[in-house]
Amino acid sequence: MKKSQRTPYDGIVIAAPVTIPYVRYSIESAQWWIGRALGALVAQAGIKASDIDGLCVSSFTMGSDSGIGLTQHFGLCVRWLDTIPLGGASAIAGLRKAARAVQARDADIVACVAGDTNHVDSFRLTLENFSRFNQDAVYPYGAGGANASFALIARNYMRTFGVTREDVGRIAVAQRANALRNPHALMKAPLTLEQYLAARPISDPIHLFDCVMPCAGAEAFLVMREETAASLGLPAARLLSTIERHNAFADDPMQVRGGWAMDIGELYAMAGVKPDDLDIVQTYDDYPVITMMQFEDLGFCKKGEGAEFVRAHDLTIDGDFPHNTSGGQLSVGQAGAAGAYLGLVEGLRQVLGTAGPTQVSNASLGLASGFGMINYDRGLASGAAIFAGPSR
Amino acid sequence: MQSKNLLELAGAISSGAVRVVDLTFTLSPDFPVIVLPPEFGQAAPVRIQEISRYDGRGPAWYWNNVTFGEHTGTHFDAPIHWFTGKDLPNNAVDTMPAKDMIAPACVIDCSAEAAQDPDFVLTVPLVEAWESKHGRIPARQWVLLRTDWSKKGWRDYSNLRDDGAHTPGPNPAVMKWLVEERGIIGFGTETIGTDAGQAGHFEPPYPAHHFLHGAGRYGLQCLCNLDQLPATGAVIVASPLKIQNGSGSPLRVIALVGSN
Amino acid sequence: MIDPIKPPRRKNPLLRTRLPASPPRPRSRTSHGFTRAAAEGRFMLQRCEACGAFAYPAREACPSCLSPALAFADAPRQGTLLAETTARVPSDVYFRERAPWRIGLVKMVCGPTIVAHLHADCAEGAPVRMSFQLDKGGQAVAFARPEGDTPNMADDRQWREMTADPKFRRVFVTNGRSLIGQEAVVALKAAGAKTVFVGVAEPWRPFAGEDLLRRQEGVEVVTLDAADEKSAADLAADIGGKVDILVNTTEYVRAGGLLDRKGTSIARDEIDQAYLGFINLAQAFGPAMRMRGADGVNNSVAWVNILSVYALANWPAFGAYSASQAACLSLSHCLRAELRPGGIKVMNLFTGPVDIEWFQTVPPPKVAPRAIAQAIVSGLRGGLEEMYVGDVAEEIRQRLAANPKALERELDK
Ligand SMILES: [Zn+2]
Repeated sequence: MKKSQRTPYDGIVIAAPVTIPYVRYSIESAQWWIGRALGALVAQAGIKASDIDGLCVSSFTMGSDSGIGLTQHFGLCVRWLDTIPLGGASAIAGLRKAARAVQARDADIVACVAGDTNHVDSFRLTLENFSRFNQDAVYPYGAGGANASFALIARNYMRTFGVTREDVGRIAVAQRANALRNPHALMKAPLTLEQYLAARPISDPIHLFDCVMPCAGAEAFLVMREETAASLGLPAARLLSTIERHNAFADDPMQVRGGWAMDIGELYAMAGVKPDDLDIVQTYDDYPVITMMQFEDLGFCKKGEGAEFVRAHDLTIDGDFPHNTSGGQLSVGQAGAAGAYLGLVEGLRQVLGTAGPTQVSNASLGLASGFGMINYDRGLASGAAIFAGPSR
Repeated sequence: MQSKNLLELAGAISSGAVRVVDLTFTLSPDFPVIVLPPEFGQAAPVRIQEISRYDGRGPAWYWNNVTFGEHTGTHFDAPIHWFTGKDLPNNAVDTMPAKDMIAPACVIDCSAEAAQDPDFVLTVPLVEAWESKHGRIPARQWVLLRTDWSKKGWRDYSNLRDDGAHTPGPNPAVMKWLVEERGIIGFGTETIGTDAGQAGHFEPPYPAHHFLHGAGRYGLQCLCNLDQLPATGAVIVASPLKIQNGSGSPLRVIALVGSN
Repeated sequence: MIDPIKPPRRKNPLLRTRLPASPPRPRSRTSHGFTRAAAEGRFMLQRCEACGAFAYPAREACPSCLSPALAFADAPRQGTLLAETTARVPSDVYFRERAPWRIGLVKMVCGPTIVAHLHADCAEGAPVRMSFQLDKGGQAVAFARPEGDTPNMADDRQWREMTADPKFRRVFVTNGRSLIGQEAVVALKAAGAKTVFVGVAEPWRPFAGEDLLRRQEGVEVVTLDAADEKSAADLAADIGGKVDILVNTTEYVRAGGLLDRKGTSIARDEIDQAYLGFINLAQAFGPAMRMRGADGVNNSVAWVNILSVYALANWPAFGAYSASQAACLSLSHCLRAELRPGGIKVMNLFTGPVDIEWFQTVPPPKVAPRAIAQAIVSGLRGGLEEMYVGDVAEEIRQRLAANPKALERELDK
């Protein structure tokens, strides 16, 4: 069957990127964190809560709540509602849905929010209850969680393409350098490549600095039409293009590529840009090796050339390929589903020129990607979005 | 007899002037029972199941449920136990005359002979020899065969070989004679059974059972402490449980022994 | 290649005994198809009846054609290890205590990829043979071993967590008067058991084979009348803390059913010996075994019952006996659940008529006591939960699965 032409996102914008600074552990609930993000959205946009007529929520730790419970909880009366349980792909998926909702005028202002708390046992409980396949066929095998699953993928990828830990480590080290400029990053100490290599193994070849630190936090943004933003006087980024894919390349015995590789042509064609045009790139970095895979699958280099690409570029804020400028999940922390939003929200700040200490000069065109749901042996969900600031 | 004589007896028991000898083994699950070919019905061994012991099942008290076959431990055989006594009146433990539960005993010491030969059998001449020393066995008295068998470890006590048990007991002639000529009230042994281990091969088989119960007399077995009894003059108290139509029962057998 | 395990040293009484923990237990209902396979030592995967594709993990529809007809079927065990990792800081108590723990992803020749526990001798890129094993939580897990045998293979640390190998363990065979008990003693000693305690009821009663039993080195004859509450408790007070494997060889077989038997005294004996004896043993030995489920190399690991296959379907010629066996079967499931927190396996070994005096008039085939003893050892080594020994047992199982009513009618003759 022939694929049909997608409708462009003409006049759809994203505004008010909000981050509620993370903490390692929180005794508060996920609802508390989401509530704070909604409050910050309203404050930053200068609107009333009643102006929000669409809500899109992602969280792992809301217990039995979903988006509907939150409307009453926070006194929102919306005419469009979605709850997106796609882990690291939640932000891109939420953005896509919200964009179409406001485009079709099912809603005027959609608040996209992700937030999670982190009690001392939250992480373990999330691992135990992640998915049916995980429960049946992964977790009982050493209970290594995502670390063990990604370790298998990393080991195979690294062996197949001759990638060394040093190659992968460059990504983590560059992100730590970025994080040192982000006052909200949980990781405050510099990281050298030597330290990266000397770290203790967690699940070979995954070592300590390949892993994100689970924490509590929230991220949010608003999606609306251009004229709505204008009427509110809100600076906003234009959405140029998106892709989303689930369970791609199911016949690959092991994952060496994500769903992006399937949709990359469409991503750039719809945006009308080339990879080289991008000023900033925010990948989903739950493990640096997955970021390297994204460099290939998102078209910055060919498959198998990720290591060479990393060696050839400076990934820091002031480098020639500014990447994960806030420090990414590796250095800021992974606040559950908010981890999916981290890159997109930071990317929005970059193209809006509001990133403060992590600002890349003259950033106007950005890409953020998402990846998630290691249901069994591979990450199933992938997505990406390209957006542009007012200066472009 | 006047009451004061009875009270005198009670006083003598209390003071120790009359000794009370316990002729009973402890009733326990591991006490050997009679062995029959396994295809026959078997005597259930003693089972003691705790109901509670000052615990959640009963906080302040200790008690057991106890089950056993009628012929386990130190036990009493009533006439109804054997086919020869099946039609007699009052032949079960619940209907037998209560007065039969107290009677004097003649103790025939064959411990030396039994030590030599596990298949030792008591014969008429041996009893006559005993009588020549201790006098004629009076009617309505117990005859107790002392073999010191009760002092053995349980493997030797049951002494099972591939042709059956080898334990001492009476021969047919002496049983017929004791019952018919001496009119004894019953016959008691230290072994498992009033009959010898090999008595199944006698004619009639199991003569003690055959003649005693056929004549409405009783059996006592698995007795101990017979070495503490005089040859004559001890009074045996043997009152079985009043089991409805019971063929026998474990019981406490005691002997009253006066000073000579 | 792995080093052989060393005989465990005597316990240091100053150290606290490590308590058992369970690996993660939750599974989907469909996934218990693997539990069944593991219990019997079979390797089964779901196979689509419409398109023939194998699938894994457990699914409700075929990922190739969406057919719901996914039946568990025996599958080829061969695969190739694609990648391995060693979990060093698992988030679960059981694995954290046993870390580092090695797992891998195996591509099966029949299609699916399977995350599996790895035998230490498995190498990336090399062929492996896959099995489903019951872990300490009693749940099925995939386990990859090298394709061929390697030295000291059964001593692998992770494999030994899945099995109940008698090697270096202390075994208690409850009834040494039976031929099965006597053969079990010999077989378990030969399998490397450190000590075999063997129970003898009514020790005053001689029995065939007694001399041989008492002469064997490393065999300790103990007094046990399993049907006697106190006897079981007394023995447990003696040896209960050092029983790593209990093999319940209680045997009380009498022909006959209901109408041609008079009264209940034989039935009572059957219940007394088989059922109440089981209860006494469980109450006396179970708690200590459950506590010692993680007690080192010779931790407590298994409880074995020898059951008649007629526990599953009544054989009227031995009708009351069949019923007593059914009662024991039911009780074994209760025991299995109650021993679960200790990670103790309860293995039921089903046999047809055994070549002993009580089945004298039953025509062959009959199971040799030695075959049962060997099955005990192989079942323990394989970590199984259900075993069918001999042709009759296997046939009854199949006929029961095919049509229980046909089996019922045909046993009635
Ligand atoms: Zn199919």
